This record gives sequence, C-alpha cells and structure tokens, in this order.
Amino acid sequence: MRYAMAIDTKKCVGCSDCVVACQTENNVPMGFARDWIVESVAGTYPRVEMEIRSERCNHCEDAPCVRCCPTGASHIIEGGVVLVKHDACIGCMACIEACPYDARYPHPDGYVDKCTFCIHRVDKGEDPACVAVCPTHCLHFGDLDDPNSDVSKVVAERKWKVLAPEAGTKPQLYFLM
Amino acid sequence: MKHTSRRDFIKITGAGAGAMMFARPTIKAFSQGGEQGDVHPGETLTRTPTYCEVCFWKCAGWVYKDKEGNIQKIIGNEDDPHSNGRMCPRGTGGVGMYWDGDRLKTPLIREGKPGSQKFREASWDEALDLIAKKFGEIKEKYGPESVAVFSHGTGGKMITHLMKAYGSSFIAAPSFAQCRGPRQVAFLSTFGEEVMSPERTDIRDTKCLVLIGSHIGENMHNGQIQEMSEAIDKGATIITVDPRYSTAASHSKYWLPIKPATDIALLLAWMHVIINEELYDKKYVEKYTYGFKELKEHVKDKTPEWAYGITTIPPDVIRKTAREMAHAAPAVIVHPGRHVVWYGDDTQRSRAIAILNALLGSWGRRGGFFVPEGVPLPKWPVPDYPKPKRTWKDFYKDQYGLAFEVLTSAVCDLSIPDPSRDWDIKAWLVYGTNLTASLPDTNATLKAIDNLDFLVVIDTMPMDIVSYADVVLPECTYLERYDGIRTSPHRVPNMALRMPATEPLYNSKPNWWIAKQLAEKMGLGDYFPWKDIEQLLDWQLKKVGSSLEEMKRVGVKLMKREYDDLYFLNGEDYEFNTNTGKIELYSTDFAAAGFDPLPDYTPHPEPPPGFYRLNYGRAPMHTFSRTANNPNLWELRKENSVWVNPKVAKLWDLKNGQYVWLKNQDGVVSSFPVKVRITERIRWDSVYMVHGFGHKEKQLTRAYGRGASDSELITKVAMDPIMGGTGMRGNFVTFLTEKPGKEVAS
Amino acid sequence: MNEELIVSGRNIPGVDPHLHLWHWQIPLYLFLGGLAAGLIFFASLYVIMGKEDKAPTAIKWASFITPLALVVGLGALFFDLHHKLYFWRLYTTVRLESPMSWGAWTLLLVTPLSIVWSASYLRELVPSWDWKFKWLYDFEAWVIKNRKPFAWLMIFLSVILGIYTGILLSAFNARPLWNTSILGPLFLTSGLSTGAATIMWLSKDHEEKKLFGRIDLLLIAIEIFFIIHMFMGFLSSSQVQQEAASLFLGGEFTVPFWTFVLILGLLVPGFLEVLEWKGYKIPAAVPAFLVLFGGLMFRLIMVEAGQITRYLY
Ligand SMILES: Nc1nc2c(c(=O)[nH]1)N[C@H]1C(S)=C(S)[C@@H](COP(=O)(O)OP(=O)(O)OC[C@H]3O[C@@H](n4cnc5c(=O)[nH]c(N)nc54)[C@H](O)[C@@H]3O)O[C@H]1N2
Ligand SMILES: Nc1nc2c(c(=O)[nH]1)N[C@H]1C(S)=C(S)[C@@H](COP(=O)(O)OP(=O)(O)OC[C@H]3O[C@@H](n4cnc5c(=O)[nH]c(N)nc54)[C@H](O)[C@@H]3O)O[C@H]1N2
Ligand code: SF4
Ligand code: SF4
Ligand code: SF4
Ligand code: SF4
Ligand code: SF4
Ligand SMILES: [Mo]
Repeated sequence: MRYAMAIDTKKCVGCSDCVVACQTENNVPMGFARDWIVESVAGTYPRVEMEIRSERCNHCEDAPCVRCCPTGASHIIEGGVVLVKHDACIGCMACIEACPYDARYPHPDGYVDKCTFCIHRVDKGEDPACVAVCPTHCLHFGDLDDPNSDVSKVVAERKWKVLAPEAGTKPQLYFLM
Repeated sequence: MKHTSRRDFIKITGAGAGAMMFARPTIKAFSQGGEQGDVHPGETLTRTPTYCEVCFWKCAGWVYKDKEGNIQKIIGNEDDPHSNGRMCPRGTGGVGMYWDGDRLKTPLIREGKPGSQKFREASWDEALDLIAKKFGEIKEKYGPESVAVFSHGTGGKMITHLMKAYGSSFIAAPSFAQCRGPRQVAFLSTFGEEVMSPERTDIRDTKCLVLIGSHIGENMHNGQIQEMSEAIDKGATIITVDPRYSTAASHSKYWLPIKPATDIALLLAWMHVIINEELYDKKYVEKYTYGFKELKEHVKDKTPEWAYGITTIPPDVIRKTAREMAHAAPAVIVHPGRHVVWYGDDTQRSRAIAILNALLGSWGRRGGFFVPEGVPLPKWPVPDYPKPKRTWKDFYKDQYGLAFEVLTSAVCDLSIPDPSRDWDIKAWLVYGTNLTASLPDTNATLKAIDNLDFLVVIDTMPMDIVSYADVVLPECTYLERYDGIRTSPHRVPNMALRMPATEPLYNSKPNWWIAKQLAEKMGLGDYFPWKDIEQLLDWQLKKVGSSLEEMKRVGVKLMKREYDDLYFLNGEDYEFNTNTGKIELYSTDFAAAGFDPLPDYTPHPEPPPGFYRLNYGRAPMHTFSRTANNPNLWELRKENSVWVNPKVAKLWDLKNGQYVWLKNQDGVVSSFPVKVRITERIRWDSVYMVHGFGHKEKQLTRAYGRGASDSELITKVAMDPIMGGTGMRGNFVTFLTEKPGKEVAS
Repeated sequence: MNEELIVSGRNIPGVDPHLHLWHWQIPLYLFLGGLAAGLIFFASLYVIMGKEDKAPTAIKWASFITPLALVVGLGALFFDLHHKLYFWRLYTTVRLESPMSWGAWTLLLVTPLSIVWSASYLRELVPSWDWKFKWLYDFEAWVIKNRKPFAWLMIFLSVILGIYTGILLSAFNARPLWNTSILGPLFLTSGLSTGAATIMWLSKDHEEKKLFGRIDLLLIAIEIFFIIHMFMGFLSSSQVQQEAASLFLGGEFTVPFWTFVLILGLLVPGFLEVLEWKGYKIPAAVPAFLVLFGGLMFRLIMVEAGQITRYLY
C-alpha cells in the first residue's frame, strides 16, 4: 500500500478551504497550519501564467525527517504515511530542520506536528478532510499500489511533477499540470 | 465635518467595563487524544442541520459539536444542490463567527443626550421599549415612511415584515443598487425573467463559459465554482474577459485583458461577428426573439477592428472567441456576472450580455441557462400591510425608471433635509449590513446618518456601522438560531433547514424573536401570530408534505419538479413575460422609458496622470467586511494588499510589502496604510484591492486597522440612469508613502 | 517578474519567512562538543603514545574542562528542547540514522567517563584530596592501572563525538548550506583546533605550549583549505547552493563570516602562531582566545545562515 495525493493545478483556485478544513478537523492551533497555498506567477503582463498549489507534507518515501529523529517519534506507518507520536517527541526540531518542504511546525504544546494524511479518517474509509472539502475536487487521495484508485488513475493519465525532487526525498504529492 | 457631529462614531470600547465581564472564548484547544495526538472525534460528535449565512449562496450543511456542546466543524450536506456536500472556505470557517470573542454580547444604548460618546448596556426589554417608543413618536409626527430599513441576509425577512407592518416603505438592500440590480433589470426586459440567486447558469454542462469580469474562483459562490471545475474536467472552453489576471483567467483557454470600462464594445463586436458570419442560432432567433433586424443594423459597423481600438483586444482574438462560443452553442454561457455596478452603463452592458446569449440560443438550453424551480412554501396568514403614503418613486419621478427596488442612495439622500421637500427620513433600522463598507462613498453615508434622529442596528459583530447607532441589538449567529426555510429555486426544487446547533452565546437573540417582541411592543402582534418560529416552520413544512421533525433529521429535502422544463427552448412554443412575448433583443421596455433600446458603447473617464484606476473584488476566503474579524478566516488572510504592476512600482519606487496610503481623485486618503503587492497580474493603469478591509472599530481586535477600505475611496459614483445602480469603478488613486498629515486625511 | 507567494496557511512562527528554530543553544552545544572532543582526543592520544610527559596539561589539567564543557553543552541542548518533559525518550531507542540519537548516546557515555578521567588525576593536582571511601580508592587504582585501554576507549569516543558534532548539520540535506560533505571534516578540524588552542593556553610547560601551537597551526591551515573547498563546491553546485554561498559572498553574512571567522578566528591566530614559531613573544592566550572565539562564531553563523537557505519559495 502506498498512500499518495495528487493536486490538480489546473483546477485549484487557491481558495484555502483545504486549509480551514484541516484546522477544524485536526484542531490545528491558531497561527499554525498543516497545509498551505502557493501562488506561482510567471511572465510579464499581459503574458502571464499562474500555478496554484495546495501543499502539505509530501509523506516522502525517503523521509529525512524520520531518519533524523532521535526518538523515533517521527515514523512511517503502513501505507507510507509519515506521522509524529506526540508523546515521544522531545521537540528537538531536528525534523523541521530536515524537511526540505518546511511541512512541519512546532506545536505550541512543545511537540512537532504536521499533516497526517488524516489517517484517522482514511482508516474509516473516508477521504482526508482537505480532500473531502475541496470545492473544485482538485485533490485526489488514495493508494498508488491500487491501479483503480482515483489517485493512481490521474497520476497515470496526466502530466505531473513533484516538488524539489533534487532533495532526494521521493515525495508523494503529485502536482498535475 | 464642520459642526460637532451628533452622531460621531462611538468607540464601542468605551461601552463601559461591563463589556469585559464576559469571558472571551478562544478557539478551544480540544484535548489531544490518540497516538498521533489528533482529534478523532468522529464517534462522539453530534450534528444538526444548518444553511450557511457567511454569504448569500446559503449552502446547506451539518454543524458538528462535541459532548460539551462546542461547535467543532461545519460540513456540507451531500443532498444539497447549493453545496453538494462541500462548503466553501468561508462556510467551513463559519465556526469562527460563533467563537469570535469580539461579538456583540448584550443590547447597548447610547448614553445620555444625542452626541454622547458612550454606550451603556441595557436589557432587551429596555432596548426594545426604547425602539418601540421612538418609532411610535416618529410615526405620529412624520409618518411611518420616515423610518427607513436597510436589510441584507436571511434574517432580514422577519425584520422587513415587521417594518412593512409598521408602514415603512423605504426598505432597501445593497443587493440591488450595489450588486445585481443592473443584471436583474436587463434580463427581465430581455427574457422576462431574472437570472436569480443561485444563478440559473448550467455551468456543469456547458461547453463554453464566458466570464466578463466575473471572477469565479475568487468569487467563491460555491455551486458555480464546483460546476466550473466540473466543466474544466469535461473540457469546456473558458474565456475570461478581465483587465486583471484573475484566478479564473489562469484557468482559461482565452484571457482577454480588456481595457477597463470598454466591455460593451467587445460585446457589440462579438455580436457583429456572430451575426455577420451567420453563426447565430437561426431557428431560435427567428422563433423566439424580437428585434433581430434592428440589432443587425445596430452592430453592422461594430467590427472587431473598431472594438480593437477601444478594448485593446486584437480583432483575430475577438473573431476566434466569437467562433468558439458559436461552436459550443447552445451549450454556452456568457455569464451575467453578479456584482455588476461598475461604470453607470451597467444595465446596458448586462443587456448586451443577455442579447449575446439570445443570439447563441443559450437561454433555456442545456449547458446554457436552465429553468429553476422552487418550493412554494405558504405564508402564515396575517393582516395586510398598511398602504404607504410615500414611496421613493415619488421623489424620483423622472429618474431610474426601471428600478424595482428601493435605492440605498435614495434613502441616504432623503435622510438629508432639503428645502425642496417638506418631508425627510428621520430614522433607520439597519439589519445585517455594514453600510459604511457596503455603500460607496463612506463619508456620504455618514453624512446621512449624521442627520438622523434615531438609528437602530441589529448585528452580530461590533462592525463600524454599529458605532453610529443609538440602539444596538446583538443577534446570535446563524449557528445558534432558526431562520426561515431556504427554498431558493434550483434544478431540483428543495428545502433546507437552519436550526440552532447550540444555545446563543451571551445575551444575543435570534431575529425572529427580536421582530416578534418588537411587534408586540409596537402593537403589531397580529403580524406575528405564531407562538414561536418552530410552530411557524412546522406549519409551513406540513403544508408541503414535510415537517420540522423530518427536516431536523435530513437537513435538506429534495422535491419533485412540477414541470419538466429544465431546458425548455428546444423548439417548443413559448410566450415570454415581455411586452412582445418574445426575447427582446430590441427592448420595448427601454424604448418606452426613454433609454436606448439597443446597448451602445460610451467612453468613460480615464485616470489622470499619476493616478490609477481603483479596481476591487473578492478574496476567496472572505465575504465583504463581515469575515475580516473571523478568527479562522483572519488566519488565512489578515489584511488586503494593493496590487501594483512592477512598472508602476518602479516608477514610484515602491517595494513589495511596503505600506502606503492611497489618495483618490477627490483628495480622500485611506484611513489606514495598505501593503503593496507588486505583481504582473495587474495592468499598469489600475491597482486592485480586495473589498472588506480597513475596519475602524477597535473592538474588532483582529480586523481593526488592517488594510484599506475601497468603499472609503469610492467617492465618485456613476449612477446608472436606468435603474440607479451605483457604478463604483470610476475612481482613481495615487500613492502616499508617508503618513499623510491631518489636513489631507478626511 | 516572477512571484512565488504563500498566499495562506503559513507564516508559522520560527518557520516563516525563514526557519529560525535553532538559536544560540545548538551552536554552543556543537562548539562545546567539538572542544571536548578535541581535548579528549589529544589527552588520549598522548597517553596511548606513551608520551604522557610531553603533554601533561592536555592529559591532566585540560581534562577538567572536558566534563564541564560537556555538561554545559548538554544543558544548552536540554534548554533548547520544546518538549522537555519527554527528554528521556532519547534513551528509549537507538536510532543509528539519526546523528542526534547517537550523539545523545555518545554523550551519555563520554560525560561520565570524562569525569572519571579527570577524577583519576585529581589527587595528583590536589594532593590533600581524600576520596573518603575505600571503594573509590580501589576504583581510582583500577583506572590508573588501565590507563592505556581507557585512553583507547576515550579516543574512540572522542572521534565519534567530533565527527558527530561535525556532521550534525551536514546531515540536514534540506538546508542547502549544510548540504556539503566538507562540513563534517571542517567542524571536526575546528573542534580539534579549539582543543589544541585551549591546551596551548592552559599549558605552563614551554615545550608543550610550542607543540600545541604547531598542532593548532596545522589544523588552522587545514580548516582554511576546507573552507575554500566548501565555497568552490557550492559555487559549482545547484542553484540553491549557489544562493546559499552567496549569503557569504556579498549576502547578509558576508561581514560577520569573513571578519569573525576567517580573519579573527583563523588568519590572525595562525599568523600569531607563525610569529611565535619564528621566535616572537606572543602571549598564548591571544591566539587561543581568537581560535575559541572563531570556532564559536563559525558555528553560530553556520546555524543561523543554514536555516535561511531552503529549497522552495
Ligand atoms: N466598495 C465596495 N462596496 C460593495 C461591494 C464591493 O465589492 N466593494 N460589494 C457590493 C455587494 S456585491 C454586496 S452584495 C454588498 C454586501 O453588503 P453587506 O451584506 O452589507 O456586506 P458586509 O460588509 O458583509 O456586512 C454584513 C453585515 O452583516 C452582519 N451580519 C452577519 N451575519 C449576521 C446575522 O446573522 N445577523 C445580523 N443581524 N447581522 C449579521 C455583519 O457583521 C456585517 O456587519 O456590498 C456591496 N458594496
Ligand atoms: N469569496 C467571496 N465570494 C463572493 C462574495 C464575497 O464576498 N466573497 N460575494 C458574493 C457576491 S454578493 C457577489 S455580488 C459576487 C461578486 O462577484 P463577481 O460578480 O464575480 O465580481 P465583480 O466584482 O463584478 O468582478 C470582479 C472582477 O471584475 C474585474 N473587472 C474590473 N473592472 C473590469 C472591467 O472594466 N471589465 C471587466 N471585464 N472586468 C473588470 C476585476 O478585475 C475582478 O476580477 O461575489 C460573490 N461571491
Ligand atoms: S480547497 Fe481545493 S481549490 Fe481550494 S485551495 Fe484547497 S485544493 Fe485548491
Ligand atoms: S515532506 Fe517533510 S515532513 Fe513530510 S515526509 Fe517529507 S521530509 Fe518528512
Ligand atoms: S522534534 Fe520530535 S519528531 Fe522531530 S526529530 Fe525531534 S523528537 Fe523527532
Ligand atoms: S490530509 Fe488531513 S492533515 Fe493533511 S493537510 Fe489534509 S486535512 Fe490536513
Ligand atoms: S458559498 Fe460559502 S459562504 Fe456562501 S453560503 Fe456557501 S459555504 Fe457559505
Ligand atoms: Mo453582491
């Protein structure tokens, strides 16, 4: 099993619903975020192009945040989901320093927190909160090892890229172009 | 202002220490459970139905709360055709409206004599008694028409019902003259029907969507954005006409960066190409329309080459896009837009849009405009309203002939005493509209307010308008109350229930309770004969085969369409509700009222040297001024910025992120500085700002002083002679890099 | 013009606009760790070589600084933890891939051993010292008897400690500035250099002073060589690394780096040591202090600057 997410940049409007939904679903404290929106504009008026991306932890296959964690609080579970055990985390921040995507944040309670792929929902057969709320249906979540999953299909059919592949982490967010 | 105003802005902060007595709920830190420390609330949460009030799309959803009754999240109702199970960011963040610790907490009365700068807390009884007494006196002395009402939003229905019973006839909403009015008038005179809300656009099935300044994606009207996305998936062509590189433009096949204020020229040129190249729907035009010959003659010389000189859109692009539309027809939508009060000739632009749709045969066709159907909920019988002695039309006999709602600007004008009249408006009741932000030219609004004897504001938040009130009534949020059943017409007739998820926080009350109490105190109890709203709703629902009990369970109930006419113009005979019974390409209404029966292009003023056109719009995570203080949404965007083209920035030596003050052509300076965003997404002759920021009320602890208010800078209003829309995009601003001195800031 | 804008959802304190989660604690900890490694290394080395008489200060006096440095370093590290109560979690697992983990374990070993090491010399320095218990005297005798094997263990641990403090940063590939294999040897060398300089400073023995002056000079030369190499590496590498290097080549860290680290921390003390060699009278405290100061600055600057460099946005 290999959970992954695909983000359709041709449809995302940067509305940030995914960000609010994550806040309310996961009780992300005010001032922090597990996901965020990037607007990337290129060109000169009126020849302009823009890509909007909803970003979050890439649940890297080769996750440096897990490798550098001295306590094993950062770990990978079945399906490749990278998680942090809050009560094993000493708050050394090594994993934040190690993440090329700056996908983690220091929770005010001391531990480090990040996107969980909403595994508590996924385990119940639901989509992650951000995926379930997205009004443009531009987020696809599922198991890449299952060729019939939504995410497998779009990744197979569409052109895509991953972010900072040169960081060598084998990220699992696929940005459809 | 020369004299000491009797109605200066009160810092509600000074409302007495009592305001502090209420504990300020913060967003609750829910206990961390589970190995990952996430909330795994699924099992323990209960849900109640609601429909959203963060904007007017009114998406139905479920409010989830935990065992202690804390509202945790709001999720769309799967059965709802407005939301399809997905709220927009503002709806998802609606929880913040409930949690916002800055909320109005208890009735407030301006202390002492007029002009006093203090509020004191009052009981509901005292506040309502005072209103009843004051309104009674005004009725006695000047007639009930002297109390004007501004209302916006669902709860406004109860309040306007009360005020109509009282005899008021000046009942206005910003949704007409500041929003949809031109489009309503234009479509009504063309098709005999309106576009309505939610718009009857069949975006889901369209093959070509033409957006003329309609910035869907930033304009987050949920159903539209969802359907636009679906259309993208199905390969629809999107053509966006917008001087700014909007989000929609970035998802479009064609972006036409039009010169602002020239859209009518483009629309005429499109008609020219479509008629000239015989691309229009001949059968449809022949069978259903009136005035084709006149139209053809009218656009004969409106060539793309002609339009190029005006719009800066190259002729080949105009031709190509016209052919794309025709190719997709009738599954094409030239979108009517929604906030369409731009330049004062907006009804004519909307007419041009309506005509273009008619030529393409999209009205009443799949992928074009469908026929929505609603649920006819009966009204509980009440006595007739008294007949008003005056209406606004008495004062505007030869003006705004096609306006069918009260103009907000007329209410403001008639509130300022004028020797040519022997009667003025003396008091306002304002429900759910932050007039200092929603009406253009804030200072003009304040001048009107300054002349009032009495101002009552019913709001949930200490918004700027609240600071000018004599009596403030705190309403509870939509999450804590019942409201009328939502029956907005849609593809499938449907009903949605809003019910309280929890008891109202603080000493706030729902609109129905306020209206009924006031009615009783004013001797109008007959108009509110039901015991409480549950009784009213249950009675209404039972008449249409449901019940309150059922609606509480399902939230949304879909009904059967009575007529099988979702797409009805496929050759069927049909009589339109127009003078000619046809789709009027040539408008007999307009001709009769003395307006151009066919739309024409007229040039508009351009920015003077050193000034830039002030363009404004929406941010997807905010609604007007109402969400600026919402903790969840504030978190996403705390302030607006002014978009500046890099060339302009260089000229003015502006840096990204720098704060500047804006000064408009009339010397009005923004109250607060605004951050510069240097971006290629904006033309060099305009700047852009998101509407709804720059709040002046300190009690809004998050929103206060953040960003600039566009409304303040819109001092030049281009009135639409046809229906009185307030064209707001003809204002020009320049940059001040230093804090302006007292004498310039007005 | 290109724009890469985070429009919502971030602006996290300590992370945006750039990372700033490690402050002075981690660099201080790295500095003290490197210093301790250097001290232990030289002390053990001379015991192993059987040349105790050549480096008495290194072996006896300076070794008292080691546990102090380690304890203060650990204190700084602990102080920096955001979830302090869970500190013990470090010792419920061994995570070989995590430098932080084996660093924690190494320190757990090396700190008490360094205390034992210096304690075994205590009575030489303070002859009146009384251990009070017989078993302590027995233990002392045992340690003295097994000096050589003990030194072998210590030199092994000191190398691990030195490499650890060196590669801690370079293990973070996510920060382009730290993402270079030279950083490990560079910090190791710098650590040894601070150790050597401290010994030179403390030593009363003229020959020993001279010896460690020479050693330090050699280490400084190696450091400079590594630094040049590091920049050449950056400049011929990816865009993000070129940007990282530019922080020091005209960017915001240019002045502190070149003045404090290179000139004051390396060139000046190196020059003074050369003069000393040539026979000029230079108080050892001056170059030694400069080396220590430069070593600390180097780590402070590398930690600060490294956090600014990122792959995206
Ligand atoms: N400059 C400028 N002016 C504009 C626009 C623009 O883009 N720029 N847009 C125009 C358009 S399209 C429109 S539709 C109008 C919108 O105009 P409004 O609807 O007036 O918009 P808001 O500024 O959101 O003000 C809403 C007020 O209602 C209060 N409120 C919210 N919920 C409730 C409730 O449940 N009960 C009560 N009693 N009060 C509530 C809020 O606190 C706030 O004070 O503005 C128009 N004016
Ligand atoms: N997130 C969010 N969504 C909302 C609302 C909200 O408050 N927040 N409000 C809702 C309401 S009530 C309304 S009325 C709608 C309004 O939504 P729309 O009808 O889509 O809005 P407008 O303000 O008409 O359009 C703004 C766009 O017009 C462009 N524009 C400016 N001048 C010109 C011009 O001369 N020609 C052309 N072609 N384009 C021009 C601007 O660049 C901007 O992109 O939004 C609705 N949706
Ligand atoms: S909710 Fe969907 S459309 Fe909106 S920003 Fe997130 S991914 Fe994009
Ligand atoms: S994105 Fe960052 S936090 Fe997520 S798995 Fe990769 S390295 Fe770890
Ligand atoms: S902060 Fe916590 S999760 Fe991150 S590396 Fe340290 S112990 Fe592991
Ligand atoms: S998957 Fe869940 S935790 Fe991750 S960003 Fe989406 S909502 Fe947040
Ligand atoms: S579109 Fe958004 S804000 Fe408007 S009603 Fe729907 S969920 Fe609420
Ligand atoms: Mo509107």
